Amino acid sequence: MTENSRRKHVIPGDVITSGSYRAEQNTVLDGRLIIATAVGVSEISDQSVRVIPLTGKYMPRIDDLVVGKVMSHTSLSWELDINSCYVGFLPASDVFGRDFSAHSDELTSRLKKGDLVAARIANSDRSRDPLLTITDRDLGKIDSGHLVEMSASKIPRLIGKRGTMIQLIETATDSLITVGQNGWVVVACDDPDGLLKAKKAIRMVDKMAHVPNLTDKVRAMLGGKS
Amino acid sequence: MGGRDTEMVLLDENGIRCDGRKVDEPRRIMIKAGVLKNADGSAYIEFGDNKILAGVYGPRDVHPKHMSNADTGILRCRYHMEPFSVTERKNPAPSRREIEISKVIKEALAPAVMLERFPRTAVDVFIEILQADGGSRCAALDAASVALADAGIPMRDMVSACAAGKVADTIVLDVNNEEDQAGQADMPIGYMPNLNKITLLQLDGVMSLDEYKKCIETGIAGCKLVYEIQKKALMEKYFSNGDGDSE
Repeated sequence: MTENSRRKHVIPGDVITSGSYRAEQNTVLDGRLIIATAVGVSEISDQSVRVIPLTGKYMPRIDDLVVGKVMSHTSLSWELDINSCYVGFLPASDVFGRDFSAHSDELTSRLKKGDLVAARIANSDRSRDPLLTITDRDLGKIDSGHLVEMSASKIPRLIGKRGTMIQLIETATDSLITVGQNGWVVVACDDPDGLLKAKKAIRMVDKMAHVPNLTDKVRAMLGGKS
Repeated sequence: MGGRDTEMVLLDENGIRCDGRKVDEPRRIMIKAGVLKNADGSAYIEFGDNKILAGVYGPRDVHPKHMSNADTGILRCRYHMEPFSVTERKNPAPSRREIEISKVIKEALAPAVMLERFPRTAVDVFIEILQADGGSRCAALDAASVALADAGIPMRDMVSACAAGKVADTIVLDVNNEEDQAGQADMPIGYMPNLNKITLLQLDGVMSLDEYKKCIETGIAGCKLVYEIQKKALMEKYFSNGDGDSE
């Protein structure tokens, strides 16, 4: 069986297979049938079945890199919009360090409302809002760049197999792209033409995520008008 | 109800209905997914002369907070008729009928959506009837189901809806406004086609047990027709600019 014959377009309720597979992402098991629960592309691998969704909100998962926008703060933490149904919490001690004092340290001195932050999801479960951290390399406040919003479910396509797609866009436009798993992407580029092209390429991936040979199409678009 | 006196010929001797349809023929149905930019999911449906917009927001924060549930997400639904949707201006305030339809649509969608995956959130479904022509609750349910799928809310199955009814002692599919007013019975049915489960069943009128069974069969056949149109609408939105399979 070729790889493509194992993939098909599905909508909620479509029966993907009745074989003995494990029902994974965006599928449910109903008796012996594996049913899709989202609009997307179904994929049958050796033992499991999943649906790569083409729409839907971002659901926080531990260790995901996300781009967040500061909404507000309390005396102990910031609240970040992470383009999800839940608000991300960034504790002040994460930014100020262990000697943080709620009395002497002013949170707005580090992060103000509207600032963009690259953060990692440190903890997330059903009972509370996701906890963010910036204590890692390349995390923290994003000083420059343009925010591009795309569907969170299409981020794996923007990254591509082993990062091919994102590397292609970065090298072709000479830009630095921070990709949040939550669908928010920050493009930093000194050259205005490069910035426009990178944004166009990201929108193209968002629109044509299900199209085969997308990397070639993006390469052609980036190379075409330089 | 049980039939009202009327001058109108609802069904002629050739089995043709007042609007020229056969007994098992639905009205013209057109569905378009993703028509509103600012909603998370949306759909527009034309079901005969019904024109309906549905918008879905969420999963999102619940306001007021006391409505939120720590175990699951909640579904909220508003069915609203525009003042210009009927011949005489309708008061835009929610009427008894609109409150009832909002409730039955919510309950018809609830078995399909998997909100237990989004605790402490709400999914809001807004349905605006731009033009009403009988059977608007079924058409609204069809549009809401497509809008939910468009918003990426996990669903066990789509919900398709179509009415059947009794007109001139005959079971007919997809009752229109005239038949609803002058006919003998009207039965809106909501149905999950792949799971083969009914999620909405109402009956306004009187019919025998045999007629009831036939009416359900006819309604389900109509739901299956609607399902194909819903599927086409979603496929058109998500897969139309490519030739098929992904890499």
